[in-house]
Amino acid sequence: MITKQLSVFVENKKGRLSAILNCLAENGIDLSALSLADTSEFGVLRLIVNDPEKAKALLNDIGVIVKITDVLAVVLDDKPGGAAKIIEALSQNDISVEYMYAFDTKITGKAIMVAKTDNVKAADDLLIAKGLADVLPPDGFKG
Amino acid sequence: MSYLNKDIETMPREQLKELQLERLQKQIAHCYERVECFRNRMDEKGLKPEDIQSLEDLAKVPFSYKKDLRDYYPFGLFAEPLKNVVRFHASSGTTGKRIVVGYTREDLEVWAECAARMMVSLGITDEDIVQVSYGYGLFTGGFGVHSAAEKIGCAVIPMSSGNTKLQIQNMVDFGATVLCCTPSYAMHLGEEVNRAGLKDKLKLKYGIFGAEPWTESMRAEIEKSLGIKACDIYGLTEVIGPGVACECAEKAGMHIWEDHFLAEIIDPDTGEVLPEGSTGELVFTSLTKQAFPVIRYRTRDICRLEYTPCACGRTHLRMCKPQGRSDDMLIIRGVNVFPSQIEEVLLKTSGGDITPNYQIVVDRINNSDTFDVNVEMSEALFADEVRSIEQIEKRITGELRSTLGIGAKVHLVNPKSIERSEGKAKRVIDKRNLH
Ligand SMILES: [Zn+2]
Repeated sequence: MITKQLSVFVENKKGRLSAILNCLAENGIDLSALSLADTSEFGVLRLIVNDPEKAKALLNDIGVIVKITDVLAVVLDDKPGGAAKIIEALSQNDISVEYMYAFDTKITGKAIMVAKTDNVKAADDLLIAKGLADVLPPDGFKG
Repeated sequence: MSYLNKDIETMPREQLKELQLERLQKQIAHCYERVECFRNRMDEKGLKPEDIQSLEDLAKVPFSYKKDLRDYYPFGLFAEPLKNVVRFHASSGTTGKRIVVGYTREDLEVWAECAARMMVSLGITDEDIVQVSYGYGLFTGGFGVHSAAEKIGCAVIPMSSGNTKLQIQNMVDFGATVLCCTPSYAMHLGEEVNRAGLKDKLKLKYGIFGAEPWTESMRAEIEKSLGIKACDIYGLTEVIGPGVACECAEKAGMHIWEDHFLAEIIDPDTGEVLPEGSTGELVFTSLTKQAFPVIRYRTRDICRLEYTPCACGRTHLRMCKPQGRSDDMLIIRGVNVFPSQIEEVLLKTSGGDITPNYQIVVDRINNSDTFDVNVEMSEALFADEVRSIEQIEKRITGELRSTLGIGAKVHLVNPKSIERSEGKAKRVIDKRNLH
């Protein structure tokens, strides 16, 4: 399935990351997944949250730059080879993965992989067609 | 095309030069008689006022400098007794040493006319409502444009600077059609107006901005955010104040009112007058100023003069936007760097979709200069991928190196994290000077 991800610019300064996370926590935004890509100069924080629009507005208010991006969220069996199958299917169809990360769910044996691809819609259709896109259980993002 | 003083503004150049020579000779004789410092410098060179027989002869006359205003503070350079002075303006300057200038009633009249010529050229009439958001007081900004607008018969809102909320409320309530302030304050007002969602309520048509350097990208941003035509006004307290030179509606350089101010371009190192079209230091002689005339005053502004006729029909030459001040110039690892060069690079590398809000930080660590440029991140620049942000950083770094000839460390910082003041933007922090 396709879901909304928040991408947040994090200046490489002490306290910036915690300021962002505190702002979301204080305003009742639920995080289901978090990944940070950083360099010595700055970072890009990627978040899956329960209310992306509200989270973006909250962060903009404290002077943080946020983009909402469509990403692919795929339910995986939490065992070896789960992710590889997906990547293989995508690459055989010339869809490149720009980045990915995975997180556990509270459903035993299932993990969720988040992937940013060059054509999210095509990628999603492909996985559905191949029967690789497991239907998410309700509340499946709750980690 | 409307003019305030058509005969003068469109006078053929030959005739304008005759007028200049006549006024120059009179001014030099006047200063020689009244101003001791000038007389002594002329005498040292063995020059008498009668030796000035042509405009070219001006090149023999000694220069005057900002330092003179400090050395002869307060009234040592005045050419009229205080009885004839009706106004003072002063500035403290960055060094903390004060300078003061004086105006006779005629001087104030000339000053008002200079800035009023610009307003008329833009199409401003007595129907307009002019909000003056330059500071009033010893600073020349407020009073300068105020008198010009009154001269035309505009209704003036003398707001002075600061109190952004009230500024916007007055613009809306009084229906201001013209805004006069510093360009950085205009940017600030534009942001706040849009934040408050009040742009549609504004009746603004023109903006007259000066007293600090600004770029074409700032112009575009201000014009967009306030929905106006923004024009540049130039002036120095030492020469008269804002209005020495102004853009006409063509926005193709600022007309220097040559019937009142004689401009030269010199080599700042040798003092030699440079041929027409050269870039160098701008030097002014005030031809009609009475209380505080300047002769060959070194402005420290680096620019070029354009002598070709302007599409507006005015014959007075145009000065191109100063590239920088020889004062503002930073010397980093032995290389001359103007903040304006950095601004241009940022404009170029960001494709024009960024508010190029930046700050230069220079320091000396272990006897070598460090050079950092902080650039505010914007939504338009931000990409979801680390790689593309790194590419932006690299592009800016590369362009800076090729433009300046030295390397700078570029840091992308949070939006609005660089200090913005309501007056002038703080573009340079040179920690090397902090002892
Ligand atoms: Zn013109």
